[in-house]
Amino acid sequence: MGSSGPISGIISARDAGLVACQRCGQVHPRDTAYCTRCEGRLRSRDAESLQKVWAWLIAGMIAYVPANLYPMLLTSTLIERSESTIIGGVVELIEYGSFGIAFIVFFASVMIPIGKFVAIAYLAISVQRHSLSNQHERHRAYEVVEFIGRWSMIDVFVVAILSALVQLDTIATVNPGIAAVSFALSVIFTMLSAQAFDSRLIWDTDRTQHE
Amino acid sequence: MSVALPPLDDLVACPQCDTLHYASALPPNARAHCQRCGIVLMTSQPAAIARVLSLALTAFIMMIAAISFPFLTLDAGGLHNATSVIDAILAFKDGLAFPLAVAVAFFIVVIPLIRLVALIYALGPLVREKPLRSGARKAFGLAERLRPWSMAEIFIVGVTVALIKVAGMAAVTIGPAFWAFAGVVVITVLKDQLICRYSIWEALDQSAA
Repeated sequence: MGSSGPISGIISARDAGLVACQRCGQVHPRDTAYCTRCEGRLRSRDAESLQKVWAWLIAGMIAYVPANLYPMLLTSTLIERSESTIIGGVVELIEYGSFGIAFIVFFASVMIPIGKFVAIAYLAISVQRHSLSNQHERHRAYEVVEFIGRWSMIDVFVVAILSALVQLDTIATVNPGIAAVSFALSVIFTMLSAQAFDSRLIWDTDRTQHE
Repeated sequence: MSVALPPLDDLVACPQCDTLHYASALPPNARAHCQRCGIVLMTSQPAAIARVLSLALTAFIMMIAAISFPFLTLDAGGLHNATSVIDAILAFKDGLAFPLAVAVAFFIVVIPLIRLVALIYALGPLVREKPLRSGARKAFGLAERLRPWSMAEIFIVGVTVALIKVAGMAAVTIGPAFWAFAGVVVITVLKDQLICRYSIWEALDQSAA
Protein backbone atom coordinates (compact mmCIF):
# COMPACT_ATOMS: atom_id res chain seq x y z
CA MET A 1 0.00 0.00 0.00
CA GLY A 2 1.20 3.48 -0.60
CA SER A 3 0.51 7.10 -0.27
CA SER A 4 0.38 9.84 -2.80
CA GLY A 5 0.14 13.57 -2.44
CA PRO A 6 -1.18 15.49 0.55
CA ILE A 7 -4.81 16.50 0.52
CA SER A 8 -5.39 19.97 -0.94
CA GLY A 9 -2.06 21.28 0.27
CA ILE A 10 -0.68 20.26 3.62
CA ILE A 11 -3.38 19.76 6.18
CA SER A 12 -3.13 17.90 9.44
CA ALA A 13 -5.63 15.29 10.53
CA ARG A 14 -6.64 17.54 13.39
CA ASP A 15 -7.36 20.50 11.13
CA ALA A 16 -9.57 18.25 9.05
CA GLY A 17 -11.58 17.38 12.15
CA LEU A 18 -10.06 13.95 12.43
CA VAL A 19 -7.84 12.12 14.84
CA ALA A 20 -5.03 9.90 13.59
CA CYS A 21 -3.64 6.74 15.17
CA GLN A 22 0.09 7.10 15.79
CA ARG A 23 0.64 3.35 15.68
CA CYS A 24 -0.94 2.49 12.33
CA GLY A 25 -1.76 5.79 10.59
CA GLN A 26 -5.49 5.10 10.35
CA VAL A 27 -7.68 8.22 10.74
CA HIS A 28 -10.97 8.44 12.59
CA PRO A 29 -13.63 11.06 13.31
CA ARG A 30 -12.59 13.25 16.21
CA ASP A 31 -13.63 11.97 19.65
CA THR A 32 -13.02 8.34 18.73
CA ALA A 33 -11.27 6.81 21.74
CA TYR A 34 -9.65 3.67 20.34
CA CYS A 35 -8.34 2.89 16.89
CA THR A 36 -10.58 0.53 14.93
CA ARG A 37 -7.60 -0.95 13.09
CA CYS A 38 -4.99 -1.60 15.76
CA GLU A 39 -6.94 -0.98 18.99
CA GLY A 40 -4.42 1.66 20.06
CA ARG A 41 -5.49 4.62 22.16
CA LEU A 42 -6.19 7.74 20.13
CA ARG A 43 -5.18 11.22 21.13
CA SER A 44 -5.16 14.13 18.73
CA ARG A 45 -2.37 15.76 20.77
CA ASP A 46 -0.86 14.71 24.06
CA ALA A 47 -1.78 17.63 26.30
CA GLU A 48 0.61 16.55 29.05
CA SER A 49 3.45 15.88 26.62
CA LEU A 50 5.63 18.80 27.68
CA GLN A 51 5.14 18.18 31.41
CA LYS A 52 6.32 14.61 31.01
CA VAL A 53 9.20 15.69 28.78
CA TRP A 54 10.46 18.16 31.39
CA ALA A 55 10.00 15.76 34.31
CA TRP A 56 11.98 12.95 32.68
CA LEU A 57 14.57 15.35 31.30
CA ILE A 58 15.29 16.89 34.71
CA ALA A 59 15.48 13.42 36.27
CA GLY A 60 17.93 12.42 33.54
CA MET A 61 20.11 15.49 34.11
CA ILE A 62 20.19 14.90 37.87
CA ALA A 63 21.23 11.26 37.42
CA TYR A 64 23.97 12.33 35.01
CA VAL A 65 25.83 14.25 37.74
CA PRO A 66 26.77 11.29 40.00
CA ALA A 67 27.40 9.26 36.83
CA ASN A 68 30.36 11.53 36.17
CA LEU A 69 31.57 12.02 39.73
CA TYR A 70 31.67 8.41 40.92
CA PRO A 71 33.69 5.56 39.41
CA MET A 72 32.29 3.36 36.65
CA LEU A 73 34.92 0.66 37.11
CA LEU A 74 36.84 -0.60 40.14
CA THR A 75 39.99 -2.39 39.01
CA SER A 76 42.32 -4.23 41.34
CA THR A 77 45.50 -5.92 40.20
CA LEU A 78 48.48 -7.40 42.03
CA ILE A 79 50.11 -4.02 42.30
CA GLU A 80 47.35 -1.49 42.62
CA ARG A 81 43.68 -0.71 43.04
CA SER A 82 42.23 1.92 40.78
CA GLU A 83 38.91 3.53 40.11
CA SER A 84 37.99 5.06 36.79
CA THR A 85 35.22 7.45 35.94
CA ILE A 86 33.68 7.88 32.50
CA ILE A 87 36.25 10.49 31.51
CA GLY A 88 39.01 8.46 33.20
CA GLY A 89 38.14 5.47 31.02
CA VAL A 90 38.39 7.62 27.90
CA VAL A 91 41.77 8.99 28.97
CA GLU A 92 42.99 5.43 29.61
CA LEU A 93 41.98 4.38 26.09
CA ILE A 94 43.86 7.34 24.64
CA GLU A 95 46.94 6.30 26.61
CA TYR A 96 46.69 2.80 25.09
CA GLY A 97 46.61 4.49 21.70
CA SER A 98 43.08 3.33 20.85
CA PHE A 99 41.91 6.70 19.58
CA GLY A 100 38.97 5.36 17.57
CA ILE A 101 37.52 3.45 20.53
CA ALA A 102 38.24 6.37 22.86
CA PHE A 103 36.26 8.57 20.51
CA ILE A 104 33.32 6.10 20.40
CA VAL A 105 33.16 5.95 24.21
CA PHE A 106 33.51 9.71 24.56
CA PHE A 107 30.86 10.27 21.92
CA ALA A 108 28.41 7.78 23.47
CA SER A 109 28.96 8.72 27.11
CA VAL A 110 29.53 12.47 27.01
CA MET A 111 28.52 14.04 23.72
CA ILE A 112 25.28 12.11 23.14
CA PRO A 113 23.86 12.64 26.67
CA ILE A 114 24.73 16.34 26.81
CA GLY A 115 23.60 16.88 23.22
CA LYS A 116 20.33 15.18 24.11
CA PHE A 117 19.72 17.38 27.15
CA VAL A 118 20.25 20.48 25.01
CA ALA A 119 18.20 19.20 22.06
CA ILE A 120 15.21 18.09 24.13
CA ALA A 121 15.17 21.31 26.15
CA TYR A 122 15.36 23.32 22.90
CA LEU A 123 12.48 21.33 21.37
CA ALA A 124 10.31 21.75 24.47
CA ILE A 125 11.02 25.47 24.80
CA SER A 126 10.38 26.15 21.11
CA VAL A 127 7.01 24.37 21.33
CA GLN A 128 6.13 26.32 24.47
CA ARG A 129 6.99 29.56 22.69
CA HIS A 130 4.83 28.52 19.72
CA SER A 131 7.79 28.97 17.44
CA LEU A 132 7.01 28.65 13.75
CA SER A 133 10.57 28.75 12.48
CA ASN A 134 12.92 25.91 11.64
CA GLN A 135 10.16 23.30 11.77
CA HIS A 136 12.03 20.96 9.46
CA GLU A 137 15.27 21.34 11.39
CA ARG A 138 13.51 20.78 14.70
CA HIS A 139 11.77 17.70 13.41
CA ARG A 140 15.13 16.41 12.18
CA ALA A 141 16.61 17.09 15.63
CA TYR A 142 13.76 15.12 17.20
CA GLU A 143 14.40 12.15 14.90
CA VAL A 144 18.12 12.18 15.65
CA VAL A 145 17.50 12.33 19.41
CA GLU A 146 15.03 9.44 19.22
CA PHE A 147 17.45 7.36 17.17
CA ILE A 148 20.71 8.02 18.90
CA GLY A 149 19.73 8.15 22.59
CA ARG A 150 19.85 4.41 23.24
CA TRP A 151 23.46 4.22 22.03
CA SER A 152 24.65 5.87 25.23
CA MET A 153 24.14 2.49 26.89
CA ILE A 154 27.43 1.30 25.34
CA ASP A 155 29.42 2.23 28.43
CA VAL A 156 27.10 0.31 30.76
CA PHE A 157 27.55 -2.81 28.63
CA VAL A 158 31.32 -2.32 28.54
CA VAL A 159 31.29 -2.30 32.34
CA ALA A 160 29.08 -5.42 32.42
CA ILE A 161 31.36 -7.40 30.09
CA LEU A 162 34.59 -6.28 31.75
CA SER A 163 33.28 -7.10 35.23
CA ALA A 164 32.12 -10.53 34.12
CA LEU A 165 35.25 -11.32 32.14
CA VAL A 166 38.07 -9.98 34.29
CA GLN A 167 37.65 -12.11 37.41
CA LEU A 168 41.10 -13.65 37.79
CA ASP A 169 41.32 -13.96 41.59
CA THR A 170 44.51 -12.28 42.68
CA ILE A 171 45.91 -11.17 39.34
CA ALA A 172 43.17 -8.82 38.24
CA THR A 173 39.54 -8.22 39.02
CA VAL A 174 37.18 -5.62 37.67
CA ASN A 175 33.95 -4.69 39.41
CA PRO A 176 31.22 -2.23 38.49
CA GLY A 177 31.09 1.11 40.27
CA ILE A 178 27.98 2.92 41.37
CA ALA A 179 28.24 5.41 38.49
CA ALA A 180 27.17 2.60 36.14
CA VAL A 181 23.76 2.59 37.84
CA SER A 182 23.23 6.33 37.72
CA PHE A 183 24.49 6.51 34.15
CA ALA A 184 22.03 3.80 33.08
CA LEU A 185 19.24 5.65 34.89
CA SER A 186 20.17 8.88 33.14
CA VAL A 187 19.98 7.17 29.74
CA ILE A 188 16.64 5.53 30.57
CA PHE A 189 15.14 8.81 31.83
CA THR A 190 16.21 10.78 28.76
CA MET A 191 14.86 8.03 26.47
CA LEU A 192 11.51 8.32 28.27
CA SER A 193 11.71 12.10 27.93
CA ALA A 194 12.25 11.88 24.17
CA GLN A 195 9.42 9.35 23.83
CA ALA A 196 7.03 11.62 25.76
CA PHE A 197 7.62 14.43 23.27
CA ASP A 198 4.69 14.68 20.87
CA SER A 199 6.42 15.64 17.61
CA ARG A 200 3.12 16.73 16.08
CA LEU A 201 3.29 19.81 18.31
CA ILE A 202 6.23 21.10 16.22
CA TRP A 203 3.96 21.43 13.23
CA ASP A 204 0.87 22.91 14.83
CA THR A 205 0.46 26.49 13.70
CA ASP A 206 -2.95 26.99 15.23
CA ARG A 207 -2.58 26.36 18.91
CA THR A 208 -5.92 27.59 20.12
CA GLN A 209 -7.34 24.11 20.27
CA HIS A 210 -5.18 22.67 22.96
CA GLU A 211 -4.83 25.61 25.26
CA MET B 1 -12.93 23.50 8.82
CA SER B 2 -14.94 21.97 6.02
CA VAL B 3 -12.98 19.94 3.55
CA ALA B 4 -14.51 17.36 1.28
CA LEU B 5 -12.88 14.17 2.52
CA PRO B 6 -12.69 10.79 0.87
CA PRO B 7 -13.63 7.69 2.91
CA LEU B 8 -11.43 7.55 6.02
CA ASP B 9 -10.00 4.17 5.03
CA ASP B 10 -8.41 5.83 1.99
CA LEU B 11 -6.48 8.25 4.19
CA VAL B 12 -3.33 7.87 6.21
CA ALA B 13 -1.92 10.40 8.65
CA CYS B 14 1.78 10.79 9.34
CA PRO B 15 2.37 9.50 12.89
CA GLN B 16 5.03 12.16 13.54
CA CYS B 17 3.48 15.35 12.13
CA ASP B 18 -0.20 14.49 11.57
CA THR B 19 -0.24 15.41 7.85
CA LEU B 20 -3.02 13.71 5.92
CA HIS B 21 -2.24 11.72 2.79
CA TYR B 22 -4.20 9.56 0.37
CA ALA B 23 -3.31 5.92 0.73
CA SER B 24 -3.02 4.13 -2.57
CA ALA B 25 -1.24 1.08 -3.89
CA LEU B 26 2.54 1.49 -4.22
CA PRO B 27 4.53 -0.23 -6.96
CA PRO B 28 6.76 -3.04 -5.60
CA ASN B 29 9.94 -1.99 -3.77
CA ALA B 30 8.82 1.62 -3.43
CA ARG B 31 8.73 3.87 -0.39
CA ALA B 32 6.26 6.62 0.36
CA HIS B 33 7.51 9.56 2.41
CA CYS B 34 5.54 12.13 4.35
CA GLN B 35 5.18 15.29 2.28
CA ARG B 36 5.92 17.51 5.27
CA CYS B 37 8.41 15.88 7.61
CA GLY B 38 9.84 13.30 5.24
CA ILE B 39 9.63 10.14 7.36
CA VAL B 40 8.86 6.88 5.58
CA LEU B 41 5.12 6.30 5.79
CA MET B 42 5.03 2.95 4.08
CA THR B 43 7.08 0.61 1.96
CA SER B 44 6.05 -2.13 -0.41
CA GLN B 45 8.30 -5.13 -0.51
CA PRO B 46 7.05 -8.36 -2.01
CA ALA B 47 6.42 -11.04 0.62
CA ALA B 48 7.71 -8.74 3.36
CA ILE B 49 5.60 -10.36 6.08
CA ALA B 50 6.81 -13.87 5.23
CA ARG B 51 10.41 -12.64 5.26
CA VAL B 52 9.93 -10.86 8.58
CA LEU B 53 8.52 -14.07 10.03
CA SER B 54 11.37 -16.26 8.77
CA LEU B 55 14.01 -13.79 10.01
CA ALA B 56 12.29 -13.63 13.42
CA LEU B 57 12.35 -17.46 13.67
CA THR B 58 16.06 -17.52 12.72
CA ALA B 59 16.91 -14.80 15.24
CA PHE B 60 14.98 -16.64 17.96
CA ILE B 61 16.96 -19.86 17.44
CA MET B 62 20.27 -17.98 17.34
CA MET B 63 19.38 -16.09 20.50
CA ILE B 64 18.89 -19.39 22.32
CA ALA B 65 22.37 -20.42 21.14
CA ALA B 66 23.77 -17.05 22.17
CA ILE B 67 22.65 -17.46 25.76
CA SER B 68 23.61 -21.13 26.08
CA PHE B 69 27.17 -21.28 24.77
CA PRO B 70 30.32 -19.63 26.15
CA PHE B 71 30.62 -16.05 25.00
CA LEU B 72 34.19 -15.04 25.79
CA THR B 73 37.09 -16.72 27.55
CA LEU B 74 39.95 -14.93 29.25
CA ASP B 75 43.38 -16.42 29.98
CA ALA B 76 46.11 -14.67 31.90
CA GLY B 77 48.93 -15.91 34.09
CA GLY B 78 47.64 -19.47 34.17
CA LEU B 79 44.18 -18.39 35.27
CA HIS B 80 41.13 -18.94 33.15
CA ASN B 81 37.68 -17.40 33.16
CA ALA B 82 34.81 -18.25 30.82
CA THR B 83 31.94 -15.84 30.50
CA SER B 84 28.48 -16.30 29.07
CA VAL B 85 25.95 -13.60 28.26
CA ILE B 86 24.20 -14.51 31.52
CA ASP B 87 27.44 -13.82 33.44
CA ALA B 88 27.60 -10.37 31.88
CA ILE B 89 24.12 -9.68 33.21
CA LEU B 90 25.04 -11.04 36.64
CA ALA B 91 28.03 -8.68 36.81
CA PHE B 92 25.66 -6.18 38.43
CA LYS B 93 23.99 -8.59 40.84
CA ASP B 94 25.74 -7.36 44.01
CA GLY B 95 24.43 -4.67 46.26
CA LEU B 96 22.93 -1.45 44.97
CA ALA B 97 23.52 -2.32 41.35
CA PHE B 98 21.02 -5.22 41.43
CA PRO B 99 18.23 -3.34 39.58
CA LEU B 100 20.77 -2.69 36.83
CA ALA B 101 21.30 -6.44 36.43
CA VAL B 102 17.55 -6.77 35.86
CA ALA B 103 17.55 -3.86 33.41
CA VAL B 104 20.53 -5.23 31.46
CA ALA B 105 18.86 -8.67 31.32
CA PHE B 106 15.78 -7.05 29.80
CA PHE B 107 17.72 -4.87 27.34
CA ILE B 108 19.91 -7.57 25.85
CA VAL B 109 17.98 -10.85 26.23
CA VAL B 110 14.41 -10.62 27.53
CA ILE B 111 13.07 -7.75 25.40
CA PRO B 112 14.67 -9.01 22.16
CA LEU B 113 13.11 -12.43 22.87
CA ILE B 114 9.69 -10.95 23.72
CA ARG B 115 9.75 -8.98 20.47
CA LEU B 116 10.63 -12.07 18.43
CA VAL B 117 7.99 -14.25 20.10
CA ALA B 118 5.33 -11.53 19.71
CA LEU B 119 6.13 -11.12 16.00
CA ILE B 120 6.07 -14.88 15.39
CA TYR B 121 2.77 -15.13 17.30
CA ALA B 122 1.13 -12.24 15.42
CA LEU B 123 2.46 -12.85 11.91
CA GLY B 124 2.56 -16.67 11.80
CA PRO B 125 -1.13 -17.14 10.99
CA LEU B 126 -1.02 -14.27 8.46
CA VAL B 127 1.63 -16.02 6.42
CA ARG B 128 -0.22 -19.34 6.50
CA GLU B 129 -3.47 -17.51 5.69
CA LYS B 130 -5.13 -18.83 8.83
CA PRO B 131 -7.43 -16.77 11.07
CA LEU B 132 -5.65 -14.43 13.47
CA ARG B 133 -4.71 -15.61 16.91
CA SER B 134 -6.44 -13.76 19.72
CA GLY B 135 -4.39 -10.81 20.83
CA ALA B 136 -2.38 -10.76 17.59
CA ARG B 137 -2.80 -6.99 17.32
CA LYS B 138 -1.72 -6.49 20.92
CA ALA B 139 1.32 -8.68 20.26
CA PHE B 140 2.40 -6.71 17.18
CA GLY B 141 1.77 -3.43 19.01
CA LEU B 142 3.96 -4.65 21.87
CA ALA B 143 6.76 -5.72 19.52
CA GLU B 144 6.79 -2.26 17.96
CA ARG B 145 6.57 -0.40 21.26
CA LEU B 146 9.52 -2.33 22.67
CA ARG B 147 11.72 -1.62 19.65
CA PRO B 148 13.78 1.22 21.24
CA TRP B 149 14.34 -0.86 24.39
CA SER B 150 15.86 -3.81 22.58
CA MET B 151 19.59 -3.11 22.76
CA ALA B 152 21.31 -6.25 21.47
CA GLU B 153 23.20 -4.28 18.80
CA ILE B 154 24.45 -1.78 21.37
CA PHE B 155 25.62 -4.65 23.56
CA ILE B 156 27.72 -6.06 20.71
CA VAL B 157 29.43 -2.68 20.21
CA GLY B 158 30.01 -2.52 23.99
CA VAL B 159 31.60 -5.98 23.86
CA THR B 160 33.93 -4.83 21.10
CA VAL B 161 35.04 -1.85 23.17
CA ALA B 162 35.60 -4.11 26.19
CA LEU B 163 37.66 -6.54 24.09
CA ILE B 164 39.99 -3.76 23.01
CA LYS B 165 40.39 -2.65 26.62
CA VAL B 166 41.32 -6.17 27.75
CA ALA B 167 43.31 -7.29 24.70
CA GLY B 168 46.48 -5.61 25.97
CA MET B 169 46.65 -7.51 29.24
CA ALA B 170 45.25 -10.96 28.58
CA ALA B 171 44.41 -13.47 25.86
CA VAL B 172 40.72 -13.41 24.97
CA THR B 173 39.09 -16.24 23.05
CA ILE B 174 35.82 -15.59 21.29
CA GLY B 175 33.26 -18.36 21.82
CA PRO B 176 30.40 -19.60 19.61
CA ALA B 177 27.86 -17.51 21.52
CA PHE B 178 29.61 -14.34 20.39
CA TRP B 179 29.04 -15.20 16.74
CA ALA B 180 25.47 -16.32 17.44
CA PHE B 181 24.79 -13.02 19.17
CA ALA B 182 26.35 -11.06 16.31
CA GLY B 183 24.07 -13.06 13.97
CA VAL B 184 21.03 -12.11 16.05
CA VAL B 185 21.99 -8.45 15.72
CA VAL B 186 22.42 -8.54 11.94
CA ILE B 187 19.20 -10.50 11.40
CA THR B 188 17.24 -8.22 13.73
CA VAL B 189 18.39 -5.12 11.84
CA LEU B 190 17.40 -6.72 8.50
CA LYS B 191 14.05 -7.79 9.94
CA ASP B 192 13.21 -4.38 11.42
CA GLN B 193 14.00 -2.69 8.12
CA LEU B 194 11.49 -4.93 6.38
CA ILE B 195 8.70 -4.09 8.80
CA CYS B 196 6.28 -1.61 7.32
CA ARG B 197 3.88 -0.84 10.14
CA TYR B 198 1.14 0.43 7.88
CA SER B 199 1.09 -2.67 5.67
CA ILE B 200 1.23 -5.06 8.61
CA TRP B 201 -1.57 -3.30 10.48
CA GLU B 202 -3.63 -3.33 7.30
CA ALA B 203 -2.97 -7.03 6.80
CA LEU B 204 -3.88 -7.77 10.41
CA ASP B 205 -7.04 -5.69 10.00
CA GLN B 206 -8.14 -7.43 6.79
CA SER B 207 -7.39 -10.83 8.25
CA ALA B 208 -9.52 -10.07 11.32
CA ALA B 209 -12.46 -8.81 9.27
